[in-house]
Amino acid sequence: MNKRGLLTFASKPVIASTGVTVGPLEMKKSPFSKYADKNYDDERCGLKTNEQGHAKMMEDACMIAMSKLDKTPADAEFVLMGDLVNEMTPSNFAASTIGVPYIGMFSACATSVSSLLMAALLTESGMAELVVAGSSSQHNSIERQFRYPLQYGSQKGATAQWTASAAGVATIIPYIEGAPIITCGTIGIVTDLGLTDPLNMGAAMAPAAADTFKRHLEGHGSTVEDYDLIMTGDLGKIGFELFKTLLDRWEFDVSSTFRDAGAEYYGKHPEFLAGASGSGCSASAYFSEVYDKLLSGVYKRVLLIATGSLMSPLSYQQGETIPCIAHAVEIQMK
Amino acid sequence: MLSIYITSFIVGGLICVIGQLMMDVGKLTPAHTLCTLVVVGSIMDGFGLYEPLIDFAGTGATIPITSFGNALTHGALAEAEKHGIIGVLTGMFEVTSSGISAAIIFGFIASLIFKSKGTI
Amino acid sequence: MDEKKYQQLEQQITPKPKYVKNCVAAFLVGGLICLIGQFVALFYISFFDFTERTASNPTVATMIFISMLLTGFGYYKKIAQVGGAGSAVPITGFGNAMISTAIEHKSEGYVLGVGGNMFKLAGSVIVYGVFSAFVVALIKTILVGLGVVSW
Repeated sequence: MNKRGLLTFASKPVIASTGVTVGPLEMKKSPFSKYADKNYDDERCGLKTNEQGHAKMMEDACMIAMSKLDKTPADAEFVLMGDLVNEMTPSNFAASTIGVPYIGMFSACATSVSSLLMAALLTESGMAELVVAGSSSQHNSIERQFRYPLQYGSQKGATAQWTASAAGVATIIPYIEGAPIITCGTIGIVTDLGLTDPLNMGAAMAPAAADTFKRHLEGHGSTVEDYDLIMTGDLGKIGFELFKTLLDRWEFDVSSTFRDAGAEYYGKHPEFLAGASGSGCSASAYFSEVYDKLLSGVYKRVLLIATGSLMSPLSYQQGETIPCIAHAVEIQMK
Repeated sequence: MLSIYITSFIVGGLICVIGQLMMDVGKLTPAHTLCTLVVVGSIMDGFGLYEPLIDFAGTGATIPITSFGNALTHGALAEAEKHGIIGVLTGMFEVTSSGISAAIIFGFIASLIFKSKGTI
Repeated sequence: MDEKKYQQLEQQITPKPKYVKNCVAAFLVGGLICLIGQFVALFYISFFDFTERTASNPTVATMIFISMLLTGFGYYKKIAQVGGAGSAVPITGFGNAMISTAIEHKSEGYVLGVGGNMFKLAGSVIVYGVFSAFVVALIKTILVGLGVVSW
């Protein structure tokens, strides 16, 4: 069987705690915010620039996750995190404040899962006892980089997604009882089916998610029925429809076990169009609601597939298509 | 006198509808749409068609961005009439300076007093 | 997965823009902005020494001033979400492009940020306006010189 990109963690690394911070708009409009640990009244978290606020959200999330273990962020052996700003400066600054060995991770909006998988690998290898993994995004700083100034008037269609202001981190430690276990994962293959509309990224990402989903189930020998929840990252309402249509064509049972964090992120508020996007979207949904429900036993086995579109404003202006990636991680609660 | 208000509304609205169709049907970005409209305005003045439109619709023709192309061409042609070919270069901003200077001045003032907000 | 097949599927599932609704909204919003401009022009003609022709300059400047207030307080993007081209095509949209960029880039300072980026979005309109005006005026001047057409 083809084992490319498949990861299995025999030593059963676990997620010991999580920390999730959300922005003021998310606090008001997102159903996920009730599971968040902290929110801010100010979109810049009271700081001078958007990017400083972005780093602050990340720092606070790390602080919260570590404090739940009665530790400080400086006790972590490795920090793996990322965001979407040029050269990931918010994550870099957050890591600089925390002052621990750090690797910046970039899989666009799939960073939540890619960092989690790498953290699990470090733990599995026996070289780490405590790793922090996570990702974040902040609406203002991402919009100005990828699209237009915030106050610029441009009409967005039904496919457009709203970059969420949120950060989510998890701490990964070797096996202990009573914590959700990272059992296996699948590294995605970059998929590019020739779509070019940067305001319809869900449609571009759906095939990558479908491909990773199929490879994960085939590779690890599981079926849809094995999972209590299969949750994609930020496909949004339209991308999620396409994802389910693709799975349906491959004769998977697209039942109610499927959810998409982006499509649900802003509840029923129509002004957010197709839903949320951004690397903080999946991270904050996975490490808040999903993690809580794993802990409380509502979910026993979940599959999280975070999706990312690997384009930049430059590649788009040069007429390139949008390459996309999706990473999957399976988490079980015994 | 009253009719200019009606024609202004209708002509201005129709120019915007053309822009909307270019974006929705033609799948052009806003920047491509606006550039195309400016070029169209400029060419229309070359044929002497834009000034009659201003007489007919007033601000319905001067407020849309097409009027920017028209004003540039108009300034260049007016100078060219007086000074020959060199006027094409020198006359361009003769008519149209107010739009650009106002945008620069108010843009700068705005940057002094406003902060960008990510509210929906 | 086949590219063509997927793109077909994508076309089926992705909702089309609401052409009629968008056009009606663009017509009403664009028309209304021009109508307001007409009243501003009336003000300059009635109270100052402007003719219908010369009133156009202060009218444009006033409209951009209004655009500054709407942009700064966050209303212009809301109007644009409804009005589409109706708010982008009038000169207020040109003002919005410059003003929003200026506000956005103030975090990089007033010289490199505001000064250096102000024309980032609106610059292409000026470039195309100037160059097309140059070409059109040049052709017309040459044709007049050759006696093909007259001023």
